Amino acid sequence: MKMICPKSEAALAEFVAGADGPLAVTGGGTQGVALSGARVSLCGLSGVELYEPGALTLVVQSGTPVAKIEALLAKENQQLAFEPRDMRVLIGTQGDPTIGGVFATNLSGPRRIQAGATRDSLLGVRYVDGAGQCVKNGGRVMKNVTGYDLVKLMAGSYGTLGILTEVALKVLPRPETVGTLRFVGLTPVQAVAAMSKALGSPYDVTGAAHIPGTEPVTLIRLEGFEASVQYRIAELHAVLAEFGEVHAEMGTDVWRDVRDVKPLHAASGNIWRISVKPSDAPEVLAQLEPEAAMMDWGGGLIWAALPESQDARLAVEGVAGHATLLRGDGFPRFHPESAPVAKLANRLRAKFDPRGILNPGLMR
Amino acid sequence: MEMPRPDPAVLARKAQLVSRLRTILADDAIIHDEMETRAYECDALTAYKCPPLLAVLPSTTQEVSDVLRVCHDMNVPVVPRGSGTSLAGGALPTADSVILGVARMNDVLETDYPNRVIRVQTGRTNLSVSGAVEEEEFFYAPDPSSQLACAIAGNIAMNSGGAHCLKYGVTTNNLLGVTMVLMDGTVVELGGAHLDAGGLDLLGVICGSEGQLGVVTEATLRILHKPEGARPVLIGFDSNEVAGACVSDIIKSGILPVAIEFMDRPCIRACEAFAKAGYPDCEALLIVEVEGSEAEIAFQLDKIKEIANRHNPVELREAQDADQAARIWLGRKSAFGAMGQINDYMCLDGTIPVSSLPFVLRRIGELSQKFGLEVANVFHAGDGNMHPLILFDANKPGDLETCEAFGAEILKLCVEAGGCLTGEHGVGVEKRDLMLHQYTAGDLDAQLAVKDAFDPRWLLNPAKVFPLAVTEARRVAA
Repeated sequence: MKMICPKSEAALAEFVAGADGPLAVTGGGTQGVALSGARVSLCGLSGVELYEPGALTLVVQSGTPVAKIEALLAKENQQLAFEPRDMRVLIGTQGDPTIGGVFATNLSGPRRIQAGATRDSLLGVRYVDGAGQCVKNGGRVMKNVTGYDLVKLMAGSYGTLGILTEVALKVLPRPETVGTLRFVGLTPVQAVAAMSKALGSPYDVTGAAHIPGTEPVTLIRLEGFEASVQYRIAELHAVLAEFGEVHAEMGTDVWRDVRDVKPLHAASGNIWRISVKPSDAPEVLAQLEPEAAMMDWGGGLIWAALPESQDARLAVEGVAGHATLLRGDGFPRFHPESAPVAKLANRLRAKFDPRGILNPGLMR
Repeated sequence: MEMPRPDPAVLARKAQLVSRLRTILADDAIIHDEMETRAYECDALTAYKCPPLLAVLPSTTQEVSDVLRVCHDMNVPVVPRGSGTSLAGGALPTADSVILGVARMNDVLETDYPNRVIRVQTGRTNLSVSGAVEEEEFFYAPDPSSQLACAIAGNIAMNSGGAHCLKYGVTTNNLLGVTMVLMDGTVVELGGAHLDAGGLDLLGVICGSEGQLGVVTEATLRILHKPEGARPVLIGFDSNEVAGACVSDIIKSGILPVAIEFMDRPCIRACEAFAKAGYPDCEALLIVEVEGSEAEIAFQLDKIKEIANRHNPVELREAQDADQAARIWLGRKSAFGAMGQINDYMCLDGTIPVSSLPFVLRRIGELSQKFGLEVANVFHAGDGNMHPLILFDANKPGDLETCEAFGAEILKLCVEAGGCLTGEHGVGVEKRDLMLHQYTAGDLDAQLAVKDAFDPRWLLNPAKVFPLAVTEARRVAA
């Protein structure tokens, strides 16, 4: 199928304004989102506009590959705080993830519990709306309450309200050292209790994950200057003594596996991503009985591989939260909205994309 | 300050409105006597005043919903109000509007330490949220300087920040869910104790919408365990440029202080005269605070001192104990009080990229000469949020107008430097007419479209945020 790859925001705007049918907008195409319509790729909008390490800010065009940005930041010992997940193996896709795609999907990595969500790093956007208008919102400074925050609205809207062309973001220092506490054999209930205790301590935990299975593993991450990480590992060790034997590791790569949801890579069936209150997670997990699973965010995020016929949303009924189908078929991708929320969302869609041509139907 | 002319039809229906509200609220929750409505004639932007038609103080989300439904039916504008501490006139009424105050809704609904969240009614003050979790050594991170008085409702409306947001973020980064009532009375639940809400990020749009999209009655907030300790260091420099370069080098070194505060010479002198904190007499002064255990604090402060020493500071003072730490903060914390002693002052709130700091400060100095008014600068340097304080004499005819014109020039300068009009106070009425300096008409249209979706008849706080000429057609059509 033909793919349009505009080289400038103006060219994209002109194309959208003149479009006479649905547009399938993608970044690197690594999320495995099924789209119909004329394909619009953002790969022509690539490049760094501004990088000020001393101000922790970066402005890039939306089609810039994430790998390129991470390499640039690494030179200054900085990083994307929200740890964008590389979903290619899990979902079975090819291509290079782009920064626009990362913000359009707002999927945050393990550090979300400490450094905020992907959307919390987004300071400003430029986008082309469904009528072909170019719009700017936010800016490149860290504190900005000038007018409505459409930056947040664009993050996680999967290109359905507008096509991101440029993003300004906050970056953070890359920690000197990573340390991990590893518990073996905890039940989900014990694991969430241990993670909650760690996250409720003053020791600035930046990752808390649990991988159930025949030999369950619970991981707690600390980052910073080496002496500080050593100190906090020792303190947490004492705080979590009731949870049994623990191993401390320095400089481990295990967090890349957590980030990319490796425990589910070999699983068959559908892949669900479920956001709940951590204390509700063990019960939800017990109801699901997944083939493979992982809890991230101290229990607040469940990844589950389920048979194609199983509806993960039944397990979330009665608790606050929602489930997204990230791989597979048989159910809508997004959790149904309440009637008042759906009404607001529909009105917004009608304003931002009056002809309903931007990734139509994707978020319904 | 231009405000829309009150609608005579609404004024004529006051008695009818009061009698309908009496079927919803207790008598003491309806304030309609002309003397008593004066209490609601302004917020902390006291230069502008107008008593509302009446004020209501509901106690429950249901009452808020019922009140809004009646006002919607009768086409009466509503101005939501938290504690009335807005410096931007966010809660300034018009004569035909109903003030909807949430002050009586101040309960803690749920405290959940294992999940690290608290759910409160939004009339609760910012500091008392932290107070409610203090016994377990937890706190609510956003700390606007009005935190003793300001309400969570207003914090959400303005997306308030504070001195410590370099590390902990502002309100939007710490808000997980809300119960909100739309102008037509519909109650909407967004988010909750789980970390990310599904679907479109409506929560992110509500936060900072200045009470124009809905009235937030309950909020789920993230709470954190307090750090083990915190300690500041004070560093003096003989130029703003060097101080700015030092800030940049500290950030580049990989240390993330919880606060980096910057004061210029006029501010240092005023604070010293007022609070006698023992500040050095120099061009620029930084207060850098770090957190952690004793050893972690010492390690970070050593690195900061090493960086500072490369910039030839005229003074470098590390707090050795709690008393010395308090003295370092004393001057900074009394900056506004110090200014108030000398003069009337207007506090601005633009943000700039940290790299443009020397340029912007130099230019503000030139503008100060041009307008003939003194200005002192104190600001959160880590995130570029400036607070220039322009000194004027309210009793001198024309001085307020000169001050406002000077302020507008400074804010335009912030935008030119790559920053924005307001970092944490909000637009309100104060910066409404400058919006077209930061955004094009098309950019504003996208924001107006959001207002259209939430409040199609433009009844909620309608005269704020956007230039009146831009919104007139919508307000009149409604």
